Amino acid sequence: MRTDDLIDALASDAQATDFGPTRAPPRRLAMVAGLGALAALVLVLAWLHTRHDLMPAMRGGMFWMKALYTALLGAAGYLAIERLSRPGGSGRRGWILGLSVLGAFSVAGVVQAMMSPDIQMTLHMLRGHSWHVCSRNILVLGLPMLALGLWVVRGMAPTRPTLAGLATGLFAGGVAATVYGLHCAENTFTFVALWYSLGVLSLAALGAAVGRWALRW
Amino acid sequence: MTDTETRLKALMLRGLDGDAAAYRECLGVLGVRLRAYFARRMSGASGDVEDLVQETLLAVHLKRSTWDSSQSFTAWAHAVARYKLIDHWRRRKVRQTLPIEDHIEFLAADEPDPGVGLELDRALATLSEKQRTLVSDVKLTGLSLAEAGAKAGMTEGAAKVALHRALKALAERMRRANG
Repeated sequence: MRTDDLIDALASDAQATDFGPTRAPPRRLAMVAGLGALAALVLVLAWLHTRHDLMPAMRGGMFWMKALYTALLGAAGYLAIERLSRPGGSGRRGWILGLSVLGAFSVAGVVQAMMSPDIQMTLHMLRGHSWHVCSRNILVLGLPMLALGLWVVRGMAPTRPTLAGLATGLFAGGVAATVYGLHCAENTFTFVALWYSLGVLSLAALGAAVGRWALRW
Repeated sequence: MTDTETRLKALMLRGLDGDAAAYRECLGVLGVRLRAYFARRMSGASGDVEDLVQETLLAVHLKRSTWDSSQSFTAWAHAVARYKLIDHWRRRKVRQTLPIEDHIEFLAADEPDPGVGLELDRALATLSEKQRTLVSDVKLTGLSLAEAGAKAGMTEGAAKVALHRALKALAERMRRANG
């Protein structure tokens, strides 16, 4: 088939199919976030259940501080993948935001640990009541969104598959960890800076590993 | 050089707004540029060059929603071409490095004659008879989608869907083809 004939077929297709703004990356990524958050919410309600003191907790600052931290990590992932899903795109803005937020929260965690009166208290903050399940739960809550996200990004045009996978994982991890806050009653910076971050980063690492071979087009 | 960017971008924007003639012209100009771009990097093998031109044009078409119209169109198309070239080498297990290039150079014009691509025909052969007829018969001036569909025994609506699916299948099969 001659290239000119192919171009004719492409132009006919362009003429025939509606091509609205809904196809652009921001819209499609917003859909991924919506469905991913919904899937995580269903998992929390059906499997983990919400924390018993949800209503009073929502009146406290730490509940929202945790949500802000993880939501910002998700926003950093979004900013990165919104660019990396396009040919030649760079995720720099997203990486800068992600590293700043991670750095700031880690500093807060270390400072809080150092200000505690004794080592037992520090260990108690590090372990909380759920250190052994926290990261794993976030990983599980984020899996549906990671899978959907990788599938959608594959339909776009990432030219750096590993980084695009990493960004998709960070996006999914931030959203999942935010929803996880409805279940998890831990309320120290030290705990969140360690175990929440590990959960989010494990999704990012998984995204990078899968993206490396799955995000080809 | 920037004239080409201005012209291509204007054509592409009109194309995205539904002006099929402008879109066709845009792809036509881009095809010539792509041929020169690949030919300069793949000493000789004109069949491979044409395969890559066709694969890249398919990708440009199917992935056009990822172009941010506030950015340069040429830079975007160059990134698609570069990705397809590196992917081609990766599949062929050719160890080649592509120097960091400016997309201005991407527009440098020398115009080799179109070669004959084989991969597209191989990919076409794996489609159903109806889809194959549709893809090769439809013309912007000449046989319209409705007429080409009727020839293949489809309503216009069905032909729209069939053509789009056929193009997606072609892109996927060319990508998977070993070379």
